[in-house]
Amino acid sequence: MFSNLASRLADTFKRLRGMGKLTEADVDRALREVRLSLLEADVNFHVVRDFIKKVRERAVGQEVMASLTPGQQVVKIVYEELTRLMGSTKSGLNLSGNPPAVIMLVGLQGSGKTTTAAKLGLHLRKSGRSVMLAACDTYRPAAQDQLARVGEKAGIPTYGVGVAKDPVAIAREAVVEARRLGKDTLIVDTAGRLHVDEVLMDELSRMKQAVNPKEVLLVCDAMTGQDAVNLAQAFSEQLGIDGVILTKLDGDARGGAALSLRAVTGRPVKYVGVGEKLEALEPFHPDRMAGRILGMGDVLTLIERAEETFNAEQARKMEQKLRKQQFTLEDFLEQLKHIKRMGPLDQILGMIPGFSGNRALSKVDVDPKELIRIEAIINSMTRQERENPAIINGSRRKRIAAGSGTRVQDVNKLLRQYSEITKMMKQLSSVEKNLKRGKFPFM
Amino acid sequence: MAQNYFSRLLEGLSRTREAISGVFIGRQVLDASFLLDLEEALILSDVGHETTEVLINKLKQRARPGMNLKALVREEIAGLLNQQPWRIELPPDALAVILVVGVNGTGKTTSAGKMAHLFRVEGRKPLLAAADTFRAAAGEQLEIWAKRAGVDCVRHREGADPAAVVFDAISAARHRGADLVIADTAGRLHTKTNLMEELRKIRRVVEREVPGAPNETLLVLDATTGQNGLAQAEVFQQMLNITGIVLTKMDGTAKGGVVLAIAHKMGLPVKLVGVGEKLEDLLYFDPHAFAESLVQ
Ligand SMILES: Nc1nc2c(ncn2[C@@H]2O[C@H](COP(=O)(O)OP(=O)(O)O)[C@@H](O)[C@H]2O)c(=O)[nH]1
Ligand SMILES: [Mg+2]
Repeated sequence: MFSNLASRLADTFKRLRGMGKLTEADVDRALREVRLSLLEADVNFHVVRDFIKKVRERAVGQEVMASLTPGQQVVKIVYEELTRLMGSTKSGLNLSGNPPAVIMLVGLQGSGKTTTAAKLGLHLRKSGRSVMLAACDTYRPAAQDQLARVGEKAGIPTYGVGVAKDPVAIAREAVVEARRLGKDTLIVDTAGRLHVDEVLMDELSRMKQAVNPKEVLLVCDAMTGQDAVNLAQAFSEQLGIDGVILTKLDGDARGGAALSLRAVTGRPVKYVGVGEKLEALEPFHPDRMAGRILGMGDVLTLIERAEETFNAEQARKMEQKLRKQQFTLEDFLEQLKHIKRMGPLDQILGMIPGFSGNRALSKVDVDPKELIRIEAIINSMTRQERENPAIINGSRRKRIAAGSGTRVQDVNKLLRQYSEITKMMKQLSSVEKNLKRGKFPFM
Repeated sequence: MAQNYFSRLLEGLSRTREAISGVFIGRQVLDASFLLDLEEALILSDVGHETTEVLINKLKQRARPGMNLKALVREEIAGLLNQQPWRIELPPDALAVILVVGVNGTGKTTSAGKMAHLFRVEGRKPLLAAADTFRAAAGEQLEIWAKRAGVDCVRHREGADPAAVVFDAISAARHRGADLVIADTAGRLHTKTNLMEELRKIRRVVEREVPGAPNETLLVLDATTGQNGLAQAEVFQQMLNITGIVLTKMDGTAKGGVVLAIAHKMGLPVKLVGVGEKLEDLLYFDPHAFAESLVQ
């Protein structure tokens, strides 16, 4: 859908590498690509301008221009600066002090506060805290019911449902109630509001004063465009915030707003929402976000998930097989099962640079029925065929199809997918190796 | 009425109006510094760099000494938005169906409620279908809007089949003499293929039950959305054949410029704009008013 910076830069730098030396004009040409890519990702215009200036200063410096791999150096600088701009390290919540620790969620209409309240509640409950929710959105029809319902799913009680009074009063009472029930955490869901709505912004300030929250978190939609700067500024100046939660990152938004929010408020993104399920809330990793904004794929998350799914021994064996070109169809079946455990395939593929557009792979269907079919096909092959699929010619295909009760097309499809997966596994292992060497996957 | 509507639209968009104003002050020539400022202003309005470039190139071609630059920019913007009819034409004497779709939180339910009011005032008899059976309390939310708009609402239990809700709403409409079914659907990210399939199923039911329907399939787009709006429009278009856009939350400071990119790339028109959270805060779109609000 959007052109991928990784591949665009790869082209630019491939040309540069052929030339041996990097001139300022070369750097500028590459930075133009970076700039467009950041704008496409919705990073704020002014933030982009400052950013490019900073990167350029470093990139045309002596050590880069004189290095043997100037192109790589430039990308590394871009990546580093971007990570730095987003706050470098992961930052959590500070909920110490007298219970209940109050967390206030604020933001524009439709940014995802209510769902996030339940998600965060569940996350904290699982980490051993006892949580209560406060339903302070008295404006949007049925908002309090919605909170109570998602709260129930998360196993968390909600205070204030059906109460129509001043939201500040509800919040204040909720604190008292939380204390009475021995809860150590209170998450306050507030109505969505425009940052230019003075009356409602003032209401938030009064609420903040009344309940003295440990954390005021701005909930922001990852798809937000250039306006992110305006809203962040307003919430930050008029209310004061301690962090940001970025929602709806499970879509294909590149999430450039994250950069703008951080740049304007100076506050870190603390969590990201990655799905509709209540478990779909993750701590934020600046380095990964940098890769995403640049369109480089989320290699780190991918590797982490792979590591969770494969044990080290399996991974080592597989890597050896790949290296020695011994990756058989049986291994393929094994891999499909593993990959399936890593998560939805489209999501996994999207994390691999250069693979998001792979047509054949996007059709790899790993639903259980398909797995059974694949298993049947592979079981109908001789041992030689399994170990050396190259020998499977037309007549063998017919025989295998008949033997497994499938069609020749199914066998063809499987063989095609096998060859794609082999390619993908190779790419994966080289990506991993390169990362360990501090190299970037697409260079 | 026309004048009235125009000023009301402009008033609704009033915060947006500060948009690209400064660029033109004291500017008579189309020089490099003017173009840089204009580029900045357009990108800050979420028009996107590609469409911004297109607009700027057109300007460069057309501008002659002594021309009014502001009027010229407005004309180009309105021209982009004016490629397709932006009016909503419903069959006068037959049952019509409007499907309301979009990603999560853009304002679908609110817009469906406001639409019921808008068309009722125009003399139709709308009925709301609560086909968002997924989000907690979505049905209750729409029901409250139905009450506000003074129309009926058909809803099932949470988790029910949304296509069945729409089917029931259509028969209820026939029974009760309603002539317009407005179906609110669950928000979904356009990247979730299985959920998109659910929308196609709703669409098929509508096609089968009402000849010529759905008369409109409207994508609700939040004006604060950046370049991802284009991806949303493309995927929903591909899956569902949408007929237009409802641009919501234009009462904030976001400019909604991505609709220019959408119009440029896909020729898809904006049909309605949301300018607040009240029943009357939904207005017909007008390219000229929009251009004027963007370039004041
Ligand atoms: N300021 C403003 N808020 C709106 C507008 N349209 C919808 N909203 C708000 O956006 C939020 C989400 O709306 P909703 O209809 O529930 O979105 P849905 O999830 O797409 O159905 C609610 O708080 C609405 O009041 C608008 O035009 N202006
Ligand atoms: Mg809704």
